[in-house]
Amino acid sequence: MHHIVLDRWSRGSSAAHRLDPRAKIVPLLALLAALATARHGLPEFSAAVFVLLCAALLAARIPLFPALARAALVLPFAVVFAVVCWLAGDPARGLSLLLKSYLSALAVLTVVATTPLPALLRGIESLRVPLFLLTVAQFLYRYLFVISEEAQHMRKAAAARGTPTRPLASGGARFRAAAGALAVLFARSYGRAQNVHRAMLARGFTGRLHPLFDLHFRPADAAFAALASLAPLAARLALEKVP
Amino acid sequence: MKRPVIEARGLRFRYGDGAPALNGVDFRLDEGECVALLGPNGSGKTTFVLHLNGLLEGEGSIEVCGLPVERRNLPAIRRKIGLVFQDSESQLFMPTVLEDAAFGPINRGLSRPEALERAMAALKTVGMEGSAARAPYHLSAGEQKKVAIAGILATDPEILALDEPTTFLDPPGQRALADLLRALPQAKIVVTHNIPFALALCRRAVFFQGGVIVADGPVGEVVERFAWDFVAAAPLPPR
Repeated sequence: MHHIVLDRWSRGSSAAHRLDPRAKIVPLLALLAALATARHGLPEFSAAVFVLLCAALLAARIPLFPALARAALVLPFAVVFAVVCWLAGDPARGLSLLLKSYLSALAVLTVVATTPLPALLRGIESLRVPLFLLTVAQFLYRYLFVISEEAQHMRKAAAARGTPTRPLASGGARFRAAAGALAVLFARSYGRAQNVHRAMLARGFTGRLHPLFDLHFRPADAAFAALASLAPLAARLALEKVP
Repeated sequence: MKRPVIEARGLRFRYGDGAPALNGVDFRLDEGECVALLGPNGSGKTTFVLHLNGLLEGEGSIEVCGLPVERRNLPAIRRKIGLVFQDSESQLFMPTVLEDAAFGPINRGLSRPEALERAMAALKTVGMEGSAARAPYHLSAGEQKKVAIAGILATDPEILALDEPTTFLDPPGQRALADLLRALPQAKIVVTHNIPFALALCRRAVFFQGGVIVADGPVGEVVERFAWDFVAAAPLPPR
């Protein structure tokens, strides 16, 4: 099975990776709140956040440009709303929406790329998030691998039968081929997912993944969490007071 | 007289599309016994095995260690039967090999240190202790199969049901697996097309055809009756 890039990144060994997940989740929430509510001085605040997140990614030895590109995956959705704002005569709001969406995604990606998902979910669980939501996230994570694997198998099978890597057909034919491939991918992934679920049930799964290792919140984690949570909030408040 | 650990009577099952998969299967497995399930592809072997711990529900009755396979008994039954799936990739779903092997024991209520100890011992049994910290999806297909078997051994079941356990294993790996399984005291059901493996492991075989068991007897006799081994009709002439 081929790995998902984020999962590979999350299994690094930098200082950022070694932090307790809770020491990253709390500052992430603070940053998201500060970003969401920022109005005055947004360009300066965004630039500072961007530089900080880039520094964090570099410190965690995560490839910077691939990470920046992955965070841009939210832009197509944000652009729709930005265009609506622009058409409504408020281009500044549209731009702010784009900035906030991209930086929020980059912040989430930074945390996810430095924390293996089981540890991240364990951290979220200890912050009293409803168990149902976590179970859904856990399954989403597992089945993401299933879909990725099936897509790669199909791609290899198509390539082995001489399908060009870039489609020669255009327009409707290409759309129909893509739609057909997606339908097959869904059906195959569904079958695989069913097998995974059966295998889990056969080994006594009752709806909850039990963690094997405890989290340890050390003084260094507490110091980092406090500093990283207060900094964006302080910057946000300071910018608010700038005339 | 040995007590039966599995008794199936008149088992019938149809898949969602209406295709009949089992058409009245009667089967008995005694404690400590090892039975090979032979038969053509699509004859109902895997479907039958999936009924044993309630992953599929058909008509008829099955009892596992005296417990009827019913919803209320499923947790107890799943503690008694260890099922190794044909597709080991689907069976491995935890981030590391060790965590995967410990999944069963921890779901059975063992403490974390106990579960880890059991998992490590099972990995050692299949020779995979050196890969405990690796991600299952980075392993070769043969290694994945071994880890899948370790995940089941770690749960210490009373019955082992193995669906095509030799798939992806090289000949030394198959030999090692046969030796390992022979040394285990549990009753075993082995779904396989690998006749040397079946002969090395089981005295008894049942032959599935069209969703029913059409023969039950010593492995050699069943294989001979259905000409169920692969012998090249005429070897290639020398160059």
